[in-house]
Amino acid sequence: MSASLSRRSLLALAAGSLAAPRARAAAGAKLKIGLLLPFSGTYAALGVNIADAMKLAAREHGGKLGGREIEWVQVDDESDPAKAPGNVNRLVVGEKVDILTGPVHSGVAMAMMQIVRQEKTLTIVTNAGAQAVTGTLCAPNVFRTSFSNWQVSYPCAEVMLKAGHKKAILMFWNYSFGQESMAAFKEGYSKGGGSIVKEIAVPFPNTEFQANLSEIASLKPDAVFVFFAGAGAAKFVKDYADAGLKGKIPLYGSGFLTEGVLGAAGPAAEGIKTTLHYAETLDNPANKKFREAFKKATARDADVYAVAGWDTIQALAQALDKVKGDTGAQKELIAALESVRLDSPRGAFRFSKAHNPVQDIYLRQVKGGQQVVLGVAQKGAEDPAAGCNLGK
Amino acid sequence: MTLSLFALQLLNGIEVGLLLFLVASGLTLVFGVLGVLNFAHGSFYMLGAYLAWWLAERTGGLIWAVLLGVPVMLALGWAVERFAISRLYRRDHLSQVLLTYGLVLLFNELQRTLFGNDVHGVPAPRALDWTVSLGEMQTWGAYRIFTSIACLCIAIGMRQIILGTRFGMRVRAGASNGEMLEALGVDVRRLFSVLFSIGTALAALAGMLAAPLTTVFPGMGESVLVVSFVVVVIGGIGSIKGAFAGAMLVGIADTFGKVLLPSISSAIVYAVMAAVLIFRPQGLFGEAQAR
Repeated sequence: MSASLSRRSLLALAAGSLAAPRARAAAGAKLKIGLLLPFSGTYAALGVNIADAMKLAAREHGGKLGGREIEWVQVDDESDPAKAPGNVNRLVVGEKVDILTGPVHSGVAMAMMQIVRQEKTLTIVTNAGAQAVTGTLCAPNVFRTSFSNWQVSYPCAEVMLKAGHKKAILMFWNYSFGQESMAAFKEGYSKGGGSIVKEIAVPFPNTEFQANLSEIASLKPDAVFVFFAGAGAAKFVKDYADAGLKGKIPLYGSGFLTEGVLGAAGPAAEGIKTTLHYAETLDNPANKKFREAFKKATARDADVYAVAGWDTIQALAQALDKVKGDTGAQKELIAALESVRLDSPRGAFRFSKAHNPVQDIYLRQVKGGQQVVLGVAQKGAEDPAAGCNLGK
Repeated sequence: MTLSLFALQLLNGIEVGLLLFLVASGLTLVFGVLGVLNFAHGSFYMLGAYLAWWLAERTGGLIWAVLLGVPVMLALGWAVERFAISRLYRRDHLSQVLLTYGLVLLFNELQRTLFGNDVHGVPAPRALDWTVSLGEMQTWGAYRIFTSIACLCIAIGMRQIILGTRFGMRVRAGASNGEMLEALGVDVRRLFSVLFSIGTALAALAGMLAAPLTTVFPGMGESVLVVSFVVVVIGGIGSIKGAFAGAMLVGIADTFGKVLLPSISSAIVYAVMAAVLIFRPQGLFGEAQAR
């Protein structure tokens, strides 16, 4: 990587164009959008949904953004942080994409941040919820259209306190996502006067929960707040029901506990309440239109991941129209993105000063195999963006 | 920890151990008698689980899935032994690791193309869809109890076969001195084929029984494989009795580790293994070999 970088800067020096903007975007040139997403491995389904939603949104705009035709460049990031620097460089340095989008995995996002902060590539994070992306590592050229871990966990604390659950047990997979979720939840829960009876950290990706469930049964908290996702979430939800705790000790979590696992978890998931910035049953025209279009294009049901992909292109469309597709004018483009207002399937959407979405967080409950919206857990939730100086 | 919670956790540990035994018994048989370090053993567990899900969806129940799936896996085991493993008996462990690790990759890819990468739940048979309450709060699914009993029955059955039949005698002889067995006129090749098939089927059966408890997901084989090796090493290579004791020890240590020392819980199983190996390098029931 360093070799190619230095060779590139040498060439640039020789041409005497070091200070020139990286791409002289002729109006006719194609707009290169890089997709750094998992197309294989555990998160493949998520990556495919994001990519499909992006392409669907682009088609709605006639295949053009800001008057320029789009050229997609896809790289399978395999959700492997170790391969991330190489993959990011392939897109940023090799393909010289105008705009980089992705990834799903927070570890990959971290590696991506290191490079795009240096290369100043305009980047839109389409899923990874790591706090640092719009926190300590935030950058003018990096936006996020999904969520931060804080946003999907903090509001749940108030929901539980309002329901009268003053003593809670936390249980989570012990890696950054889980740790950040728990920290955000604890912040809200202790502020509201709740106390944490016990924190159970489960090594990732361990899914043998029985011993801890016996412990929960013996401690009898008012409620349990957990972070698990994917296979682990399905397993946990089933084990919780099998252990007879369902219906006795209410189970809460961030939305990822029940996202995409309802089929596998079956009736065991009924009644679980979670907080997230989206639910498939949200009753607004934008969501209806989006879900129909996605179903028609892919024959699959849209999910929270597809929403982020969809909104990525919608935001870009608005901003690029404003600068007439000139990605070389990055300052103006960033300002245009900052002023984007979207009527997203999730509701109203804008970027915060730290470039994270400001969005409503919904309280959802599983009923009849669907996420039913019970109400808004936090209106216009904005990540505190600790450690970010953007716009300050 | 109250006495009732202690008893509950002990039950949890035994349950984990019994299922683990089913996987590890096949591994120890193959390792002990054939001398093959079979990394693909976890893949057979994974394939069993996926097969259970796939067949249960199509035939209407887990029982049918097991009845159909076990013969399929017996055949797969036989084919793998015949066409791949059997060529490596005279080679060292490194070649075997290379081959069986290759099989792991192959089976993972097979799972991806045949069954996809989604997580699946498998419903327990309807007859076992009820719970037993234990303590004032907790209940146990009947299926969980059934699995434990089934594992225990299989363990007892294996013991009877190994100690009480001619086939079992050959297995024991093979474990302690294969060359002598061959010299005495036993068709060792056939014995190996049969044993490898049985080992494969045991792993697959464990996966099938575990499917309703653990859900079915990619990569489930690898995690089981590592723990199974620990069980085999603790128990002593080639010893079914050892595998049983090892599985119980690991299951119980793991369960109590999670509750009492959560911060280092993932290391406890290995600490137990290290402790056993310090005092009995050949494992609990292994025989010291002068090789």
